[in-house]
Amino acid sequence: MKEFICTVCPRGCRLKVDEKKLTVTGNGCIRGIEYGKNEAVNPKRILTSTVSIEGGLHRRLPVRTDIAIPKSMLFDCMAVIHGCKTKSPVIAGQVLIENIAGSGANLIASRNM
Amino acid sequence: MDSIMLKYDLAVIGGGPAGLAAAISAYENGIRSIVVLERDVELGGILNQCIHNGFGLHRFGEELTGPQYAERFISKLSETSARVLLGTMVIGLNSDRYITCVNKYDGVFTIQAKAVILAMGCRERNRGPIGLPGDRGSGIFSAGSAQRYMNIDGYLVGRRAVILGSGDIGLIMARRMTLEGAKVLAVAELMPHSNGLNRNIVQCLDDFGIPLYLSHTVTDIFGKNRLDKVVISQVDDRLKPIPGTEKEFDCDTLLLSVGLIPENELTRTAEIPIDFRTNGAVVYDDMQTESEGIFACGNVLHVHDLVDFVSSESEKAGKKAAEYITGGCVSIHKAATIDIKNGNGVVYTVPQKVVIGGPEKSLEVFFRVREKSEKSIVEVSSGNRIISSFKREFLAPGEMERIVIPRKLLENINESIAISVKSGGTV
Repeated sequence: MKEFICTVCPRGCRLKVDEKKLTVTGNGCIRGIEYGKNEAVNPKRILTSTVSIEGGLHRRLPVRTDIAIPKSMLFDCMAVIHGCKTKSPVIAGQVLIENIAGSGANLIASRNM
Repeated sequence: MDSIMLKYDLAVIGGGPAGLAAAISAYENGIRSIVVLERDVELGGILNQCIHNGFGLHRFGEELTGPQYAERFISKLSETSARVLLGTMVIGLNSDRYITCVNKYDGVFTIQAKAVILAMGCRERNRGPIGLPGDRGSGIFSAGSAQRYMNIDGYLVGRRAVILGSGDIGLIMARRMTLEGAKVLAVAELMPHSNGLNRNIVQCLDDFGIPLYLSHTVTDIFGKNRLDKVVISQVDDRLKPIPGTEKEFDCDTLLLSVGLIPENELTRTAEIPIDFRTNGAVVYDDMQTESEGIFACGNVLHVHDLVDFVSSESEKAGKKAAEYITGGCVSIHKAATIDIKNGNGVVYTVPQKVVIGGPEKSLEVFFRVREKSEKSIVEVSSGNRIISSFKREFLAPGEMERIVIPRKLLENINESIAISVKSGGTV
């Protein structure tokens, strides 16, 4: 049994999820069931950070993964991001690292610089 | 000394999310002579340092980062005739809409505008107003300053941190520092509940096993040069620290996420009345302040939870400022007005005043509630008479609420209306 706070709406129901049977209790509405299952089986997050940039307006370029990655891979991706350097100009949405740390997501620039 | 004098139909003070949306909206409503005054080196305001995702869900139906959200508005503004003055600080404003500016290219100069939109945003509360005791070594930052140092300038502000306040900026910084290799030892929150979004409690604290100490505050700080220890204590129901509950944390950094204050120095200079509940200007339903031709929107008016709502409020201010200019700058405030008052359980409302018989079919009111409740009724009343009521499944202080009242219902009211909450039960 795992416990989560549901983040679908501000109410923040305390969900209890049985990982084997995949049953959710404590949810105030139907949307909590889907959320609870996903959090129990394969929680995913969008990772955002910055990378070093040369010749830009600022010293750091904000970046993000284009899709959510498994929560367990956040620090693997951060290790790759720490080694990443880029040069201005960069266009928003430009792919900086493909399939970062084997996560299936691309690391993209969050803005022009 | 003769200084330069520029004339515009509309001057927007501030180029963050509020100023951008207001300027674009004014342009879309027919105004061509617009100037946007921004003190930073670029447009976008605080969004530029908010590199996390979660912006734009309401407006665009997708999760953007702060810079991505800003970019959409910046590129739209660049397609208008609005002139943007960067690196330009506004240092004076009066009720005749004369704006005194300074920048390094032109020195001091004056702008006269038919209408002005105040969009200066807010700033962080710091150590002074909350009376933090202890040493005054380095390593104590407001959470937003630390965010800027990290995300724009590229400095990790510390290795071991304690965060006071569980507002969203504090939570976001807890995650940010952890991802960058720092250790966040604790988040302390004075109140028995967090005022941050659940989503941030989960994704910024729970994901990384960072403990949240509710009903706790910082009671001592040690470190003459650099911070080396922070003491937190539990507080009682009157928010007084309880002796014997002290916990010590060896750390080099303390971040403060203890509230935001609308930045209204210019508003006060122009002698525009301020609402003590919002710390922003008193506004009518057309976003106009008590000073004719001066409008306000965004976090300078009241602190919002979501930038999406800042954008929509500012678009309204831009549209109304455009109507004011094209209508020959005649204020509708000469007409009869009524006040909107706090009823039971309501902390503030925006707008604070309504023009009777205004042009719109409905009146939009934003407000905040005092406490969490479920299955509540929001009532609009005048004296003993209930004008309108709205069901709400769930209300919380951290969530700005909105109701839309048909104007027809306000026709025969001549004093004031009150907004109150009838709770089904406190959570």
